[in-house]
Amino acid sequence: MSNATLSDTSVLNAPARPTPGIPRAYAFPAFQTRILPNGLRLVVAPIHNYPVVTVLAVVEAGATRDPLGCEGLAQLATRALAEGTATMDALQLAERLESLGTTLDTGADWDSAIVQLTALASRVGDAFAVLSEVLRTPSFPESELERLRAERVADLAQLRSEPRGLADVYFSRLLYNEESRFARLAGGDEVSIQKLDRAEVVRFHQQYYRPNATALMVVGDITVDAALQLATDNFGDWAGEAPPVKEPLDRSRYTNPRVHVVAKTDAPQSELRVGHVAVPREHPDYFPLVVMNAILGGLFSSRLNLNLREVHAYTYGAHSAFDWRRAASPFEVSTAVETAVTANALREALSEISRMRDTPVTEAELSLATSYLDGVFPIRFETTAAVAGGLANVEIFRLASNYFDTYREQVRAVTADDVQRVARAHLDPTRLQVIVVGDPKKIVGELAALGVGEVTVHDPAVEH
Amino acid sequence: MQIPVESYSLSNGLTVVLSRDHTAPIVAVNLWYHVGSANERLDRTGFAHLFEHMLFQGSANVEANEHFELVQRAGGTLNGSTWLERTNYYETMPSHQLAMALWLESDRMGRMLPALTQVKLDTQRDVVKNERRWSIDNQPYGTCWEKLQELVFPPDHPFHHSLIGSMEHLSEASLEDVADFFSTYYTPDNAVLTITGDFDRDEAARMIEHYFGWISRGNGRPALPDMTLPPTFGVSPREVVYDAVALPRLFVCARSPVFGTDGYYAASLTSAILGLRTGSRLERNLVRGQRIASQAAAFTFDLAKGSDLFVVDVTAHPDVSPERLEAAVIAELDALHTTGVTEAEVARALALVETGFVTSLQSAAERADQLSRFTTYFGDPLLANKQVERYQAVTVAHVNAFARERLGPDNRAMLWYLPAEDSKAENGDPDYASGASLIASNGALAVTGI
Repeated sequence: MSNATLSDTSVLNAPARPTPGIPRAYAFPAFQTRILPNGLRLVVAPIHNYPVVTVLAVVEAGATRDPLGCEGLAQLATRALAEGTATMDALQLAERLESLGTTLDTGADWDSAIVQLTALASRVGDAFAVLSEVLRTPSFPESELERLRAERVADLAQLRSEPRGLADVYFSRLLYNEESRFARLAGGDEVSIQKLDRAEVVRFHQQYYRPNATALMVVGDITVDAALQLATDNFGDWAGEAPPVKEPLDRSRYTNPRVHVVAKTDAPQSELRVGHVAVPREHPDYFPLVVMNAILGGLFSSRLNLNLREVHAYTYGAHSAFDWRRAASPFEVSTAVETAVTANALREALSEISRMRDTPVTEAELSLATSYLDGVFPIRFETTAAVAGGLANVEIFRLASNYFDTYREQVRAVTADDVQRVARAHLDPTRLQVIVVGDPKKIVGELAALGVGEVTVHDPAVEH
Repeated sequence: MQIPVESYSLSNGLTVVLSRDHTAPIVAVNLWYHVGSANERLDRTGFAHLFEHMLFQGSANVEANEHFELVQRAGGTLNGSTWLERTNYYETMPSHQLAMALWLESDRMGRMLPALTQVKLDTQRDVVKNERRWSIDNQPYGTCWEKLQELVFPPDHPFHHSLIGSMEHLSEASLEDVADFFSTYYTPDNAVLTITGDFDRDEAARMIEHYFGWISRGNGRPALPDMTLPPTFGVSPREVVYDAVALPRLFVCARSPVFGTDGYYAASLTSAILGLRTGSRLERNLVRGQRIASQAAAFTFDLAKGSDLFVVDVTAHPDVSPERLEAAVIAELDALHTTGVTEAEVARALALVETGFVTSLQSAAERADQLSRFTTYFGDPLLANKQVERYQAVTVAHVNAFARERLGPDNRAMLWYLPAEDSKAENGDPDYASGASLIASNGALAVTGI
């Protein structure tokens, strides 16, 4: 290599590291909120640079509304919305939307259901009318429900053959108390899905898809007046009232650390998940937690990634995150490591979690996290869909209307003391659950020798 | 919808493309190097991608991993990706940090080698091996793109081998290989630099000259062999892979006109008619009508050299036999091949393409990537603005001509993934276990980042 170095004669006259210019001001897109007489909330953000509009409906009809034993109902109902309305069958509906150059994206997470589309501004009125039909008068044809249930069974089969999917399934199952809705799959399992007949879906829709439980984001090349007119025309005579949301039980399953090995014979890698139940999204420590997580495992230059990937080369990547929801949300470290280093990688991950609590972060680590979160803020909201998604979060988590206007100063205000304080308060090594999807023959002995906690082996072929 | 475009070249051959939009204080920097897995030595498969990793390991003035840190500290996002025909590196930054992105890119284009060490190479080699385990070896169907390339391109063709490469070849890559590859391909005259978003034109041009102008031109890249292939397979190849998968999945692959040609736009629109979204034929008939597929899609790989690939990707419903699914897929291809399509189908596909295109332009990074793509492949960034009109020029007759010429029985390579537990039952079955295959790479949906 010395040859290459010597031959590079241009090294001396190359330009020096630059200093930044003067930042240009940025404001989150201005938006206005209107409440229709029936309680439907309309949030409009006019952005005129490209001729597109995103319309996003958030409904308080997430998976936490599933009745016991009917897990998967919220997600089935959401998917089935686009399977036909009072005036169109499933294919007519798809053809109508696609000839307008758009498609409906539907989905339900724990807290809410979301139905959204992005269309050219010239076609948004027509698309809006279809979206309204879908929300208000879905027909839920029995035969389409049967197909969707069958597709869910196929998805579950795929999930169980996929190490990442398996790790996620076992993580949420073993984190939360058996009685908690969160311990069961959001989309339901093979048993619960069979109970979701048309009567259940219709009942769920009638109960929860109501104007007072719905917020509509309209973002893009449209005026507030035009959006209000569309909302009034299409939703003004929608009636009914959904009951208030009851948050589910969010207690932990175990009070001591445990290691759960999910058997996948001959796997070349082990999929690792490490974490526990933490705090709700609306917790006052939210901003320090976000900064703390960025330093621990949120950024490429985070402690976990630098340690497991760049120092030890155990993995392609190591991350940590809070899976935010309105109830107490999981904190989770995730990585996939070569089978032979499974126990070593777990030891490093656990030591990084402890180090977050034991010693303050450096000034360099803190400023990297805060300046990243501060600086990247405008980049997060380049598209109408991204702005609509941001505004939807304000609705779902009942954030202040000036949340995005103060976001950057809230990030900048976080100190190293704050980071250590929230790490100590909300990361708890004595409760960590470890999920490892891998080859038990090769990893159980070393995992037990680590002394983290009792090791149990699960067979996904027999445990559904 | 047109975006403004200006382009010029530096005296060292670096092509520059500029496109301003002052909507938000955001700027995207995007560099395409005209080198990909097709340019690798056949005893160094995976090298272009391994090299991409090495380019994040610092340069004369940048420490290992400092590249990521400096961009993120500036409030930017970044990544790189390797493909058969090119490798790209990109940052989206707050606009007052443009100089930082340009300096970082120029430092590694001009002065990567002084920072190269054996330890860095060994580490990234292991990281890439773990990337391979994670994204390919430990994933159901994970090898599908490399198997597909291996099946449809002849053994001596530059698209035949695996993009992420073999473990053996990764182990053999040396520092000399890295230095040679850098000197050969990572030169200003083999690169396109695009900047989109919020910048002052003259200031940006000054910065580009300042940061990149001093870097020496290269010695020219070695020519790729003739990559032209016959328009159809003649005898279509076939392979069955038994894997740890839950459901059988079939890929049918046709040779199709290369990216950027009139024929390409007809092929791309045909793929949308056949397998894009709910109103497409595969979804209507296989997923919904007959309910024998749990997933069905069709798309093109968008290769600009040799031959593009038109791919049908269908996963069986539980309890549906591979024979039944294959017969249904063949019936759809036969119908397209012999009977053709309707005006309404073309209009539906076109409407989806138009919205998708305008929506994607909202992102500065996406605009920059489009401009770099057309400049790298065809030397003309203005082609990026002509995509919608070229799709609009496609008629029913064009689609039907494509289907007639390219979607017949002589142009249907088939790759099956079947659950491994079926291998005992199916073993030796002449209908299924025919065809012998070797290796290949990542595909359209599997471009790898750092």
